[in-house]
Amino acid sequence: MSVLLEVNGLDVRFETPEGEVHAVRGLNFSLQPGETLAIVGESGSGKSQAMLAILGLLAENGAATGQARFKGEDLMAMTPQELNRHRGRDIAMIFQDPMTSLNPYLSIERQMIEVAMHHQGLGRREARTHAIEMLRAVRIPDPETRIRQYPHEFSGGMRQRIMIAIGLLCEPDVLIADEPTTALDVTVQSQLAALVDEVVARSNMAAILITHDLGVVAGMSDRVLVMYAGEVVEYGTVEQIYAQPLHPYTRGLIDSVPRLDREDHEALHAIPGNPPNMLALPPGCSFRERCAHAFEACAEAPELSEPGEGRLKRCHLEKAP
Amino acid sequence: MTLDQGLVRQLTRRLLGVVPTLLLLITVVFFLVRVAPGGPFDTEKALPPEIQANLEAKYHLDEPLLQQYFRYLGQILVLDFGPSFQYKDWTVNELIAQGFPVSLTIGGVAMLLGFVFGVGIGVGAALRQNSAADFTTMGFAMLGVSIPNFVVAPVLILLFAVYAGWLPAGGWDWSWRSAVLPVVTLALPVIAYIARLMRGSMIEVLHSNFIRTARAKGLPERQVILRHALKPALLPVISYMGPATAALITGSVVVERIFSIPGLGSYFVQGALNRDYTLVMGVVLFYGVLIIALNVVVDLLYSILNPKIAYEEL
Repeated sequence: MSVLLEVNGLDVRFETPEGEVHAVRGLNFSLQPGETLAIVGESGSGKSQAMLAILGLLAENGAATGQARFKGEDLMAMTPQELNRHRGRDIAMIFQDPMTSLNPYLSIERQMIEVAMHHQGLGRREARTHAIEMLRAVRIPDPETRIRQYPHEFSGGMRQRIMIAIGLLCEPDVLIADEPTTALDVTVQSQLAALVDEVVARSNMAAILITHDLGVVAGMSDRVLVMYAGEVVEYGTVEQIYAQPLHPYTRGLIDSVPRLDREDHEALHAIPGNPPNMLALPPGCSFRERCAHAFEACAEAPELSEPGEGRLKRCHLEKAP
Repeated sequence: MTLDQGLVRQLTRRLLGVVPTLLLLITVVFFLVRVAPGGPFDTEKALPPEIQANLEAKYHLDEPLLQQYFRYLGQILVLDFGPSFQYKDWTVNELIAQGFPVSLTIGGVAMLLGFVFGVGIGVGAALRQNSAADFTTMGFAMLGVSIPNFVVAPVLILLFAVYAGWLPAGGWDWSWRSAVLPVVTLALPVIAYIARLMRGSMIEVLHSNFIRTARAKGLPERQVILRHALKPALLPVISYMGPATAALITGSVVVERIFSIPGLGSYFVQGALNRDYTLVMGVVLFYGVLIIALNVVVDLLYSILNPKIAYEEL
């Protein structure tokens, strides 16, 4: 199977007044056509920044190195003009905060038709018809009227639907959704997660789903990449990850998903401690301080190993005495 | 169409709000000029008492103050600012009608230049943030804001009128040549101020999430700036321009003095020095109405630029 997107040795660094933050450290992954990959990790694990880096959207104080080959072409080596041929057209991104991600000064119509007009060369009227279709596809009621309205006239959930509709306009090969439901009400969250799942399945595009919630991942993705402190700590299919998590951090994430089927009313499990300070990463395994299984070997940073076909993990645990 | 209704309602409400503001302005000015020591007919040599009395009677200055006040209010209602006390045979209306077009021309052109160049330079600097070009232009802008026009004007006169001889050193004949130096003098600080304002707001807007969305859409940078960033970045500039335009088009006292331009600004100063009550009040009121009107214009522009405001005002 041909690889759609292949990321190699991605490093993202930020210059901050307090020092350099090495937010993403040597990230590798690949995405097959039609596949949904979930990237899971806590805030600050570098998952969002890695995606922004691939699309050339890092903040000014950030710099990225490495390769991100999209259909063989390295996105990271492209000029902004070359990158613009792919952004929004082949690779679309949906952001975390729908309240601020739409331009409050422009009508929804304006913000939608510009994409279709620019990338697909459609005329204003065709672009509008196409945009209305997309709004209908994400179930915005009465799209012919509502397309003329402005973002503040929509609820957060509706705005995120509009963001998704914008992302789908050009039928991209890859849809990157950066915690698309985090900023929303819980009831709206599940609807939107279902919507993302539906549009991805229907159009057969590949998707990268960024989330901190392994519960969201289960029904929606094929493979899972777990990140911690800027590094991949575990990778595998959804089934593998749930049935047999190999890294203690992944296990912690799974245990911290609230469940209704637990009878013993036990308290929700939380991973103790906080993610490490990215300004001063401790030597050795970055999860060591929070890990219940840490032992002497963990003083040395573990390498990524391949415990099975298509699986990766970064942990010394099986060598434990 | 809801927007238009909103605008009309907003306008009506604003215009009704103008009445008490103007009344307050009239009252304060009326009593303040009279509190100032001296009177319009004080001269070095005292006038014979009969003449003084005649003069005061002619201009109703012999009446009780409150009666004068209400007489003045009555005049204002029919837009009559009364006769000037100093410029014999001139009414204040005539003086304003004569001076305002000159000030309006110079100030209007200066504001136009200020807006065009200020916005252009500000956007350019914001896009090259922290580069040498940015620091240089912003350094000049700082100079432009801080050097007073009574320094700029003589320097310009010296360079372009005295040494080069390209332009007249002063005077006003409605030709472009007589307008260049005063317009430039007035425009420079406006350009500088708007450039700084625009740079700051543009940088702020460029950091917002919706700009990242626009970039993620793969739009060309020009479209990102012009369509997505310019409108919100212009808002602070627009609110500065309301009162600034009123100040510019009613005439800069200093600039009109230096270039001997018969604009409104010179009448204002003369009126105040001469205790020309009607002239001072007339010019102040005129200025007040302009400020209020331009602020209404700013609000309207705001509601056009920002869809949220138009709705919230409803």
